[in-house]
Amino acid sequence: MNKPARFASLSALLVLGVVVSTAGAQGNKNITYLTPQTQTEGYTATLLQLSQAYTRANPGVRVQYQNAPQTDLSQKLQLLAASGSLPTLFSIDQPSLLQQLNARGQVVDLEQTFKQLGIYNKLNPVAVQLNKKVAGGKLVSLPLELNIEGFWYNKQLFAQNGLKEPRTWDDLVKAADAFQKKGIQPFAASGEQKWPLTRLIGGYVARKYGPDVMDRVKAGTLKVTDAGFVEAVTAVQDLGKKGYFGRGVTTVDYQTAVDTFLQGKAAMFYMGSWVLANFNDRAQNKIGAQNIGFFNFPTVKGGKGTLADWSVNTGLGVAVNAKQYDAALGNWMKSVFSNYGDRALAEQGRITGFKVTKTPANVPALTRLVQQRLDTAKNGYLWFEGYFSPKATSVATDNVQPLVTGDLSPQDYLQQLQSALR
Amino acid sequence: MERTLRDWRAVLVFVGPALLLYALVVLVPILWSLGYTVYEGSPIAGFKFVGVSNYLRLLEDPTFWKALWFGTKYALFVSAGQVIFGLALALLYAFYLKKSSVLVRTLVFLPVVLPTVAVAQMFVKLFAIAPQYGLVNSLLSAVGLESAVQAWLGQGSSAFWIIGVMDIWKAMGFYAILLFTGLVDIPEETIEAARLDGAQGWTLARFVVLPLLAPITVASLIFSLNGTLKVFDSILALTNGGPGTATTPLTLYMYKTSFTYGEYGYGSTIALTLALQCLLVTLLIFWRARRSGT
Repeated sequence: MNKPARFASLSALLVLGVVVSTAGAQGNKNITYLTPQTQTEGYTATLLQLSQAYTRANPGVRVQYQNAPQTDLSQKLQLLAASGSLPTLFSIDQPSLLQQLNARGQVVDLEQTFKQLGIYNKLNPVAVQLNKKVAGGKLVSLPLELNIEGFWYNKQLFAQNGLKEPRTWDDLVKAADAFQKKGIQPFAASGEQKWPLTRLIGGYVARKYGPDVMDRVKAGTLKVTDAGFVEAVTAVQDLGKKGYFGRGVTTVDYQTAVDTFLQGKAAMFYMGSWVLANFNDRAQNKIGAQNIGFFNFPTVKGGKGTLADWSVNTGLGVAVNAKQYDAALGNWMKSVFSNYGDRALAEQGRITGFKVTKTPANVPALTRLVQQRLDTAKNGYLWFEGYFSPKATSVATDNVQPLVTGDLSPQDYLQQLQSALR
Repeated sequence: MERTLRDWRAVLVFVGPALLLYALVVLVPILWSLGYTVYEGSPIAGFKFVGVSNYLRLLEDPTFWKALWFGTKYALFVSAGQVIFGLALALLYAFYLKKSSVLVRTLVFLPVVLPTVAVAQMFVKLFAIAPQYGLVNSLLSAVGLESAVQAWLGQGSSAFWIIGVMDIWKAMGFYAILLFTGLVDIPEETIEAARLDGAQGWTLARFVVLPLLAPITVASLIFSLNGTLKVFDSILALTNGGPGTATTPLTLYMYKTSFTYGEYGYGSTIALTLALQCLLVTLLIFWRARRSGT
């Protein structure tokens, strides 16, 4: 580089530096947002749209989207947290990690913040309660969804085979049996994701012991090696051994499982109501939304749980980095989350942990159905690993793969889980 | 040369910066990690001194022993495959294809430069069963062997062989080139003299070529074993250690323990055993090679 060129580039750098630093002084904000969702998917789509509208009015404030696959999310968050470089907003799927971050003061207390911003009344109390329960009593993640879980089923396939909505586990197994004999895959399931299979164990024990079962495990008054757990794990393993989840279930990813159900190749699909976004999408849904029914996890013989107990959760929570919280971020949050509930329902038919002030005229039928069921729920319980440490979560989910293929006995499965829980 | 080496200032100037960099990026983290083995916790949860309890835990951790055994089994199988196939290819290049081996060498070497994740994705598709049959299951189905159609990567037993075959296929080109350079170095007269004495084919290889190639074969073996004992990316991309923990080697177990479970201390202890294993294997090969006089 010759002398004049070097001089020119140096002065350009200097000028740039001055411009950047003054821009920073004007209260501008770069909000980084890390999530496993794609930019057009789930609450991320709604958040980004609302944020774009905000950026048009306040050009200095913008959201920078970052992606990490869900299987690596907690690892990534731990590394980022350890090096003090967490994003401004981030999805988080490990309640125990969220509690650790909270104990270290790394995440914003949202109850306090929302009250200060004057938008606390926008939150649905049920959702707030759920999130507090998961995070040890504090509201440190945003309930951007409010889901119930259960079995979705293909009404047409049920009618063609003269079957009714199963209400007991035996009914469910009988229905599955009938489909299998007809050459129809009874359940669509993603064994690659692992958690869709442990959900069935969680549902079974909630029916066996009642909705507080995992609270008792957490308190140490009930061991997962108890007879009822063995019964539950054996029942789920039987479904796998009989091939009811289809071939190669442990290699089936989430989208493939959704597609299998929406293309009419499987009769039933256990999943949370977040999947409505896929069901309400005509391009994906080949069997038609009117053809999809929904029933609660069936009761089991001699069990304490009832059909008024639902598996409820707020989906993948989003936490806010305390170190990056300032007035600019507060204003952005106030604007985005004031409109979030309405926007999510109107655009995606999504039920959220935010109150809806303007009910759109054309709420999809399935969304209305889920809303009705949510309203009738007497007791809610969390997913199987809701209270587990990251280690116990891994043991529960990893081992469910050899469990359903018959390579691991129910006793060994529970023994390993119990020792991971200690 | 000797005068230069006696001048400590010159040594400092020439070696110093590299040594400093090496110490910073290699030695310091190793010592750091060694220190972690007597602690437990993570940067988020904080650290606590626990003495030797991480080492004791190692002894009674079934997952650790399973991972150790899987890793050893895998390393033996894959290293043997890589070096044997590498050797066979090198002999093929040198004695049969001779000057026209360039194209074959390039083709066999190609997988070496492909990203592991891409190769693994290709193998995932090859052995897929859902939503559609992959090539392998399609072929089986087409020739009427519907009963042999299975979830190849969904069961521990078959997943092991697939990972092994993939890693052999991916790396054998590298070892073939390494051994080929050794073969090219063998003087033509030596071969010629052996031929005049009546050595041919297998006899020639067994008594002349292989002994002369021994030093480079030992080097390849050390390379290969150390690479395969530390296998990570191919398994992560192919099965992520599953189903269950059936295909989890020590590296993956260490990674999960440290970064998923947040147990940096125990993770470092596992890392230490892996380092010791690599050291042991290398020393063993050196010792064998020296005893056999090569």
